Amino acid sequence: MPSDPLVRAGNLPCARPAVGWDLFASELAVLFRRRRTWAMLLALAAVPVLIAVAVRLSSSPPEPGRGPPFLDRVTQNGLFVGITALVVCIPLFLPLTVGVVAGDTIAGEANLGTLRYLLVVPAGRVRLLLVKFAGAAAFCLAATLTVVVSGALIGAALFPVGPVTLLSGDTISVGESILRSLLVAGYVTVSLLGLSAIGLFISTLTVVPVGAMAATIVLSVVAQVLGALPQLEWLHPWLFSHYWLDFADLLRQPIAWTSFGDNALLQAGYAAVFGALAYGRFVTKDILS
Amino acid sequence: MGDGRHPAAELAIETRGLTKRFGHQTAVNSIDLAVPRGSVFGFLGPNGSGKTTTIRVALGLAAATSGQVSVLGQEMPRRLKDVLPHVGALVEGPGFYPFLSGAANLHRLDSADRYAPSATRRARVREALDRVGLGHAAGKKVGAYSLGMKQRLGLANALLMPRELLVLDEPTNGLDPLGTREVRNLVRSLAAEGTTVFVSSHLLAEVEQMCTHVAVMSVGRLVAQGTLDDLRRAGEARVRVRTPDIAGALRVLAALGLVPEQTEPPGRAGDDDGVVSAPLAPGSTAPEAIVAALVAGDVRVRAFSVDRASLEDRFVALTGEGFDIAQ
Ligand SMILES: Nc1ncnc2c1ncn2[C@@H]1O[C@H](COP(=O)(O)OP(=O)(O)OP(=O)(O)O)[C@@H](O)[C@H]1O
Ligand SMILES: [Mg+2]
Repeated sequence: MPSDPLVRAGNLPCARPAVGWDLFASELAVLFRRRRTWAMLLALAAVPVLIAVAVRLSSSPPEPGRGPPFLDRVTQNGLFVGITALVVCIPLFLPLTVGVVAGDTIAGEANLGTLRYLLVVPAGRVRLLLVKFAGAAAFCLAATLTVVVSGALIGAALFPVGPVTLLSGDTISVGESILRSLLVAGYVTVSLLGLSAIGLFISTLTVVPVGAMAATIVLSVVAQVLGALPQLEWLHPWLFSHYWLDFADLLRQPIAWTSFGDNALLQAGYAAVFGALAYGRFVTKDILS
Repeated sequence: MGDGRHPAAELAIETRGLTKRFGHQTAVNSIDLAVPRGSVFGFLGPNGSGKTTTIRVALGLAAATSGQVSVLGQEMPRRLKDVLPHVGALVEGPGFYPFLSGAANLHRLDSADRYAPSATRRARVREALDRVGLGHAAGKKVGAYSLGMKQRLGLANALLMPRELLVLDEPTNGLDPLGTREVRNLVRSLAAEGTTVFVSSHLLAEVEQMCTHVAVMSVGRLVAQGTLDDLRRAGEARVRVRTPDIAGALRVLAALGLVPEQTEPPGRAGDDDGVVSAPLAPGSTAPEAIVAALVAGDVRVRAFSVDRASLEDRFVALTGEGFDIAQ
């Protein structure tokens, strides 16, 4: 008998481990098979519908400068409904849903008792963290796309659709404007990655998912409150919410990419720092749930 | 095997001075566990004696405060990635996603295993479910499962892949009598295939029926370990004499150097018989000599037996009578 029992164990069906994309696929399946996820996406989809119906039913068209940005353009072009709805959702609704998903990542598994079973499979702690972050990012994308697509559909149903006049005064075709909407959705998705990483870290600290969710959501509110205080000007560029509403540059001709780049860099920084903290906490953590 | 000394590779689980503290409390106190390969190893101990904690440390879920653990001859948790694919586990009850079906839950856990081929996943999940008798409930949401069904699903999860070692923490918790018997048969058949089974349990009768080796924990310490026969032999046998002549029996047994006591007063069973019993050290007076002495002393022997200590007697002797949790 060879001395190394693991060499003798030729009974493993595949000797070399697979890369393991299956776990990510399964993470998405678990996330999107939850009723909670669909409830949140439905609530997000309802926002543009509410806006469009309200504008449609009101007797006087919205005045420029009142209400959320772009609201005045909605009656002229239905394609603005999605963008307006995103602006409405960014401060609270989107962080709320992202906080729920990101806060649930590890704490939710711990709470169900599935975490210990994933780890004895073994899923690998680092791999599990990466998959969880990727899953949260996928939810961010799904959430923003839901708002944009729902907005485009209801806008096309209730208002005229045609070439869009950009903030720079240029006019672009309907096809191009759809591309721009998707670009804005991409921007908002990236904006939410920092918050996702924070949620992931908090989620490694507790076995009570509701606590991690609430803490993440509270942090997103705190960041925005701090961002609104002029006395803390020096702090503002470091807040993960700093560039959240700065996607207007993507609605100019030609596109100004600076805010996109700055935002991406900031979010990457947050993801790196809080990812490292989550790693430091989770890799050595005793799983006692 | 069975000689008490095993080369490292012959041990499925080995701990050396394993200690785990939670704050001030020492949950596991310097234990040296040796689980031979191929054994069905019963891990016993009262509530809170540190069984689950030991299992968590052995599986790399928690870090030892001090001491070493090796599983399948490999040091843990350093070789965790190489070892755990060969280990199936049920740790402190099942844990599943209530909003997914039983089969979907197994798919999820199996897809986390990089050694589990996705091509055979569906078939392996089905087979594992059938093996624990959940074939008909595969599509039902786990939230709607009964306690025993969840427990069975937990067992199915441990059986998704061929394993060299199964670690089962109270596998029959919540199972009906048929389920319990099935688990016993399952464990036997797995052991016959060469799988080492490490099973913690409170059901001593069950352990007596299925285990080859036993270890007993008490307040974080390992108080006994060995083959089942060793452990039972270590406990003292007792002679029991059923007779109406209590005083005579006590006198004769004492004269033989035993320490008899009346364990049942006369008249309880509706006749005038009582019971006198005494511990019988191995190798002392032969039972037939005791009977002869009793008869010669005019004691009316109505029944006589030499009872080997049951595992329960031994367990109580090792862990103490108290019902209260020790720490
Ligand atoms: N997360 C924890 N924090 C603090 N103490 C703990 C923790 N988990 C277990 N303990 C303590 O460690 C001791 C051993 O617990 P353990 O769960 O290992 O017992 P057990 O032998 O499995 O008991 P049971 O038969 O009830 O399952 C207990 O005293 C318990 O209070
Ligand atoms: Mg236990």
